[in-house]
Amino acid sequence: MPFLYQGPEWNFDKLKRVHDAIEKIALGEMGLETYPIQIEVITAEQMLDAYASIGLPILYRHWSFGKRFARDEVLYRKGYQGLAYEIVINSDPCICYVMEENSMTMQALVLAHAAYGHNHFFKNNHLFRQWTDAAGILDYLAFARDFVANCEDRYGIDAVERVLDAGHALQTQGVNRYTRRQKRSLAEELAREKERRHYAETTWNPLWTTVPGLDMESELGGTAQLAVDEERARAIELPEENLLYFLEKNSPVLHGWEREILRIVRVLSQYFYPQRQTKVMNEGCATFVHYKIMTRLHEKSLIDDGAFLEFLHSHTSVVQQPDFTDKRYGGINPYALGFAVMRDIERVCVEPTEEDIKWFPDFAGNGDPMGTLKEMWADYRDESFLLQFLGPKVIRDFRMLRLRDASGEPYFEVTAIHDEQGYRDVRGALAEEFESARLDPEIQVVEVDLLGDRRLTLEHRVHEGQRLDRSSAGKTLQHIRALWGYPVRLCEVDAATGESFPSGEIDLP
Amino acid sequence: MNIIDRRLNPKGKSLPNRQRLLRRVKAQVREAVAQSIAGRRISEVDADKAVPVPVHGIGEPSFRKGADGNREFVLPGNQKFIKGDRIPKPPSGGGGGHEAADSGSGEDDFTFSLSRKEFLDIFFDDLELPDMVKRRLKESTATVPARAGYTVSGAPQALDVLRTMRNGLARRLALRRPRQEDLAELETSLAEAEAAGDIVAAAMLAQKIEAFRRRLRLIPWIDPVDVRYRRFEQRPVPIAQAVMFCLMDVSGSMNEHMKDLAKRFFMLLYLFLDRRYKAVDIVFIRHTHEAQEVDEDTFFHSRETGGTVVSSALQVAIDVIDERYPVDAWNIYIAQASDGDNLTSDRGRVIDAMTRKLLQACQYFAYLEVDDPPADVWEGRSTTSELWRTYQELQRPGTPLALRRATAAGQIFGVFHELFSRDAVS
Repeated sequence: MPFLYQGPEWNFDKLKRVHDAIEKIALGEMGLETYPIQIEVITAEQMLDAYASIGLPILYRHWSFGKRFARDEVLYRKGYQGLAYEIVINSDPCICYVMEENSMTMQALVLAHAAYGHNHFFKNNHLFRQWTDAAGILDYLAFARDFVANCEDRYGIDAVERVLDAGHALQTQGVNRYTRRQKRSLAEELAREKERRHYAETTWNPLWTTVPGLDMESELGGTAQLAVDEERARAIELPEENLLYFLEKNSPVLHGWEREILRIVRVLSQYFYPQRQTKVMNEGCATFVHYKIMTRLHEKSLIDDGAFLEFLHSHTSVVQQPDFTDKRYGGINPYALGFAVMRDIERVCVEPTEEDIKWFPDFAGNGDPMGTLKEMWADYRDESFLLQFLGPKVIRDFRMLRLRDASGEPYFEVTAIHDEQGYRDVRGALAEEFESARLDPEIQVVEVDLLGDRRLTLEHRVHEGQRLDRSSAGKTLQHIRALWGYPVRLCEVDAATGESFPSGEIDLP
Repeated sequence: MNIIDRRLNPKGKSLPNRQRLLRRVKAQVREAVAQSIAGRRISEVDADKAVPVPVHGIGEPSFRKGADGNREFVLPGNQKFIKGDRIPKPPSGGGGGHEAADSGSGEDDFTFSLSRKEFLDIFFDDLELPDMVKRRLKESTATVPARAGYTVSGAPQALDVLRTMRNGLARRLALRRPRQEDLAELETSLAEAEAAGDIVAAAMLAQKIEAFRRRLRLIPWIDPVDVRYRRFEQRPVPIAQAVMFCLMDVSGSMNEHMKDLAKRFFMLLYLFLDRRYKAVDIVFIRHTHEAQEVDEDTFFHSRETGGTVVSSALQVAIDVIDERYPVDAWNIYIAQASDGDNLTSDRGRVIDAMTRKLLQACQYFAYLEVDDPPADVWEGRSTTSELWRTYQELQRPGTPLALRRATAAGQIFGVFHELFSRDAVS
């Protein structure tokens, strides 16, 4: 059989041929399940554009994206940072951006990696299925962009910027971690928006604008006011850890459009939440898939040795894990870790050792690596995945060690290494490092004094003495103060003992 | 599967975001532009030179954990440690190296560059130019295509036959392609040999002919590598040439603020001339009680002491015009900046120099009187300066002389008002 292509040049014909060959392997031999694929060829500049808008094809406008663009552009121009070969979007159809500068082998690699690896993961992983709406995201983004642009026209860029700044500051506190999001289609979304505006317009009475303070409830006064507030207080369920949701629903001062903007920020934050929880798995899955597919292409003599060597070259640099003493060390490489664990699972399925049978009795030697992997890709996230599947061999290969950094001590203590007693400790610690709920501070709204001065009280539950970055927290709290409109207080409480840190209190009257 | 080519989509998708960023850091951008103006030569005001803007204080706050507290983390690549070992912490900051980097504020500080257009926008904003004028100054000049060598690709109508044939000839010679004449000659000899019945010679000739033919087939007469196209380059339309005289009083009474105003004034005139003329020369003449022609650095940066005799500068200008810039070949523009001081006894000479020579020779004479803020100093001022009164005397309808006082950059434009509006009419 002739090669699909030779040499570095690519064109649309070759792209199509290679895609078809990859599709045959991915769907036919590996049994992957994917959304339909849409490949879009872009230039380096467009890639920078995509970087700036956090990888999304459509996004509302905000200065922080301009800042990101300016910084990435400088880094790229000066050669400090290369550009990604691809960006893939969790949408239906799955949009996969490839750069025009890539060689044909790189395009093949990108197709295997993004269009099949990531795509399969997006479609099958339970977090994505539960929390994101791949079919609706592009329409929602278009709606968000237009809505924000409209608001800029109606209320001015500055007013919109203030709300977006505040929303962005609270992004990580803007996700629901436990309840299931109700699904709403774009049409419903638009109808709701319109209805809200319609209501606002029909109930608008110029008389109210003459009242100082523009506050209907305070006009009602006296007992009526109390009753309203009591009812509200009952309606607010506390504690609430989704700060954006809380402010959107309960802030006494926000206008309808401001709530809608907060909602947009919150929806996007929620959309990215699964990605934050599955970095290792997602990249591991894509890397594993591209490795399998490219190897198969070579085995079937569809690509020549030169192309395969070029692929191996990029593949090895992607899964490289520098030691922590190395200058290049920048944390654990999720590509390397994910790929290593998945290769290990494959090995355990096919030719397990004594140790493997002890560690993984469920699937050791079951002879069905793809089935095992697919099940795992569907049902786990980083933390549970590492806790379940990180085996002693990978820990040994990476020569992992666990350090304890106790505040006040002038040294790190080695508490476990890659040996018989250490495997489980290392594994547990590593899994915890990838648990986003532990990385983000645990902050909740604990008290709203609706009957008094409407003070909002937030509480940070401190684990292991990990306090907030104070200056950043102060600025963030100012954003909350602006959204809430009344005094705001933040206190820090030790989660284990319940004692509060007096120095951790920030009060904005 | 769908493949879509997005490369031709409109560019600058994140431009609106950039504009919002510029709004956000307006003060810092202005400062950078002011610094850049101080550092630029006048002829560089329009140069496509990036202006670096160091940005700080636009962090995006969030609730995040600081460096303190106890934590455990896993590192790869253990070489020598066993359980219970202690590793001294690095001296600066606690926590693992990578974690400290996450929460550091360093990433909020960075430098980005303003494009030429953005630089001019802000430059013009300070000068409070009317929009029409801004637009005209930003326009790039008209261009015509001009021949610029050869290229290997191009449109068929740009094919250069001569060059292509010459390349073909060279290649055919180098590869020793047989000529048609040689072939014809061989064929006649073959015919002769066959007629003579010399079979051996005929066979050899036939073989040779075959080889010739094969060579002819393999080495084409014209090969794609021979083809050359004429290459064109867009060159600015040559209109004419102009010389711009910058005259400035550098006596001790001119302070930095005044010099900055003067510089912007000169830059604006330069921009205007640069749009209209293909080549613009600049002559710098500074004066105290005596004048001399100097280079740009000396002009703006060196200090002189002495009295103030304006006519000396005018005389140097006249000399330079006579010597190097014949009136019939050059458009002459004169821009003078001064704080208005002049010796009363010099008045006659100034009027003489102006009427006798300069006002006839030049297209436009712009005089800017600079002073310190506050801006309302002129309204309340009863006495005008010596030089101002002198020039006012010369001002008649039709005289290309414009006078203006400025205490801030926004007032400079007035002196050119007539110049720009005349340009709009023509």
